[in-house]
Amino acid sequence: MDEEELVEYFRAQMRKDPDMASAVAAIRTLLEFLKRDKGETILGLRENLTWATDCLTGVDSSVAVSSGGELFLRFISLTSLEHQDLSRCKKVMEERGELFLEKISMSRTKVAKLCHTFIKDGAKILTHSYSRVVLRVLEKAAAEKKRFSVYVTESQPDSAGRQMAEALRKLNVPVTVVLDAAVGYVLEKVDLVIVGAEGVVESGGIINKIGTYQMAVCSKAHNKPFYVVAESFKFVRLYPLNQQDVPDKFKYKADTLKTVQNLSEEHPIIDYTPPSLITLLFTDLGVLTPSAVSDELIKLYL
Amino acid sequence: MADSGVTDGPNKKDEIERVKSEGKDLTKEEKQRLRKEKKQQKKNKEKKDDKASQESEKEKKSATSAAPASQPPTQLPAQKAPSAVPAPAPVPVPASEAPAPADKPAKSKAELKAERRARQEAERASKQGKKGEVGQQAPQGKSKAPPSELQPVVKRLPEHIQVDNPDVLKKLAKKLERQQTPGYNAATKIPLRSDYGYKVSLFSHLHQYSRKAPLTQQLSIPSTVIHPAIVQLGLQYSQGIVAGSNARSVALLHAFKQVIRDYTTPPNEELSRDLVNKLKPYISFLNQCRPLSASMGNAIKYIKKEISNIPSQCKEEEAKSKLLNCIDCYINEKIVLAAKAIAKYSIEKISDGDVILVYGCSSLVNHILCEAFEKSRKFRVIVVDSRPRLEGREALRRLVQRGISCTYVLISAVSYILPEVSKVFLGAHALLANGYVMSRVGTSQIALVAKAFNVPVLVCCETYKFCDRVQTDSFVSNELDDPDDLIVTRKGKTQLEDWHQVDSLGLLNLVYDVTPPDFVDLVITDLGMIPCTSVPVVLRVKNVDQ
Repeated sequence: MDEEELVEYFRAQMRKDPDMASAVAAIRTLLEFLKRDKGETILGLRENLTWATDCLTGVDSSVAVSSGGELFLRFISLTSLEHQDLSRCKKVMEERGELFLEKISMSRTKVAKLCHTFIKDGAKILTHSYSRVVLRVLEKAAAEKKRFSVYVTESQPDSAGRQMAEALRKLNVPVTVVLDAAVGYVLEKVDLVIVGAEGVVESGGIINKIGTYQMAVCSKAHNKPFYVVAESFKFVRLYPLNQQDVPDKFKYKADTLKTVQNLSEEHPIIDYTPPSLITLLFTDLGVLTPSAVSDELIKLYL
Repeated sequence: MADSGVTDGPNKKDEIERVKSEGKDLTKEEKQRLRKEKKQQKKNKEKKDDKASQESEKEKKSATSAAPASQPPTQLPAQKAPSAVPAPAPVPVPASEAPAPADKPAKSKAELKAERRARQEAERASKQGKKGEVGQQAPQGKSKAPPSELQPVVKRLPEHIQVDNPDVLKKLAKKLERQQTPGYNAATKIPLRSDYGYKVSLFSHLHQYSRKAPLTQQLSIPSTVIHPAIVQLGLQYSQGIVAGSNARSVALLHAFKQVIRDYTTPPNEELSRDLVNKLKPYISFLNQCRPLSASMGNAIKYIKKEISNIPSQCKEEEAKSKLLNCIDCYINEKIVLAAKAIAKYSIEKISDGDVILVYGCSSLVNHILCEAFEKSRKFRVIVVDSRPRLEGREALRRLVQRGISCTYVLISAVSYILPEVSKVFLGAHALLANGYVMSRVGTSQIALVAKAFNVPVLVCCETYKFCDRVQTDSFVSNELDDPDDLIVTRKGKTQLEDWHQVDSLGLLNLVYDVTPPDFVDLVITDLGMIPCTSVPVVLRVKNVDQ
């Protein structure tokens, strides 16, 4: 499977199910790649998979794609690959891959189940930009017949917040779109803040759409709880110390990285929120405090 | 509720105490029962401990109604401790529960009872004055509060932080006396080092030695108890010639290698047990010269484990070469290769144009900076130094030799220079289980000021320095250096020369302090980059590995 086929398959997966996380689509693509791979050795297979992950990161530069790919590789190689026959090994790896995919497609439901109990009746929620996980959580809460209202930030430059507002209106949830600059203004009315994450880093902090850090600092100043909902395949082995420390390949869109020469004139699309500002993280591994994320990461990666 | 040294009837004593505390008189039944118990226990004295404790458990259950049912299981572990009579000397047993000789001359029941009562009274009187003392459970048993609340498994305070307790000092002196091969006279024992000068009251529980009175002056020559390599090492420690956590551990391991090379197994002894016993007086000696560091403690634990794992059928030469190999591997893996791994991770965190602040002289941090410079990163370094050790000068010398551009300031200027700094790199002496970093005094000050200026603080530490202890302040366990170091001569005048004459004056020369994890952003270890709160996770993973 060469690069073009790979990218085409990936794009097809994204188109087929717009509700699916980009990382899940990437993992589906990698599984297909594994099935079609004509490598002779396990090591060769691993190298090819790494190469494929890099290609996909070139298409969609989000953190989740790279973390999802790495976790996929770790998960399938975690079993004993002592069989003599390469095709048998491949079969084992494929089965593991299917298992992994099944597990992560359940992850959003698990997160929603954990989080919706934190939304009390009559709550006012603030959220940022368009996140499918947050949407699932709010769906579940609405299905439990809870009454709540939502403030969504517009989230420039792509106005993804309006998309979120549309989806919420379909659920009959009262929603207001606010300007990104109005976060401090609106926080006194709000009871809790829930955001999604593109990546969860080793320190327990998160990488998310630009504007999340501001929201976190404001909610800390107002003493409002700041909750993050994320699936476990978004855990990544990065450790940024501050905003500058986040690698450039995640900060900008993939096409921007390829075309533009001088990155200092571009606006970054993500920012880093340190763990001291986060109250709790809801993942399919359970409800974690930021310091527990490192523990989970060590378990996942070691 | 075990009491001292009496093997035949800790449970009975409990019962008597309990009953007494409730102000009841021993009923006829109880007296009969007690007599029966005594008889039985005399018989079972020679038999297994388990049986004895089982019986006592049963008795407990059928005891007076006042005894809560939860007592027996909690007291069982305490009973096992004193009833483990055949414990050999090396097993450290609290002084109050010193192993009583298994063969007691037979006395009549009444005499024994009276004897025990008298002993209890005496102990009770002596323990009245003490608070929270080592393993004294008898006075605790007397309290009216439900005995089940008081766990018999009381944590022992380590000896080195009970210097103001005369009993503990006596115990230490006795222990040093005991640690000599039998058959030698008292002149070859390890001397007890005495404290020097007035100690500030907040730190009076710690030792304070003078460098001018090294322990070796009190040793006789030739000293057959302590190997000359160890004497040399001890002297180097106490005079400060070998300083720094890694250097001390490596020197210790090399000295132990020499000891193992010169060792011959005495006849009728096993290498695995005898060598461990030989090492104990050496370790006490080194501890007297300068308190052991956490890294040295872990290294010693490792060696002892390796020695005791030598199979008995192994020939001496083979066993010795195996041990030497183990030690070499340990040094290589835990120190040399770990430094390389840490340098690799740290270089990712150093970007061009950085201004890095370092404090004192950490061999690991120096190594990292030199490696980063080799990999052509463009940065400059600010070295912060403090009296009286002025270790920063050594770091400055090493960095400038490599060609790194450096600035040198004293710690009083740290808040002036911090706005220029982009990162702070600190070394550590040990990482405690609750995430606190123990390092040279002044480190927590630097971390605090850096936090106030929002500058990231990175601590670099190998995993062999992680220890299980928990500490939240720098007072409980620390090291006091020679107070005379603070005396300085400027323009021909020495101000504090006669500080002994001034009664109310105390000079304090602390060596370590403890930094809370909120001030540390990142810990770089050979396992990777972890937040400060994940230290117990690493300890857990390491324990699983072993």
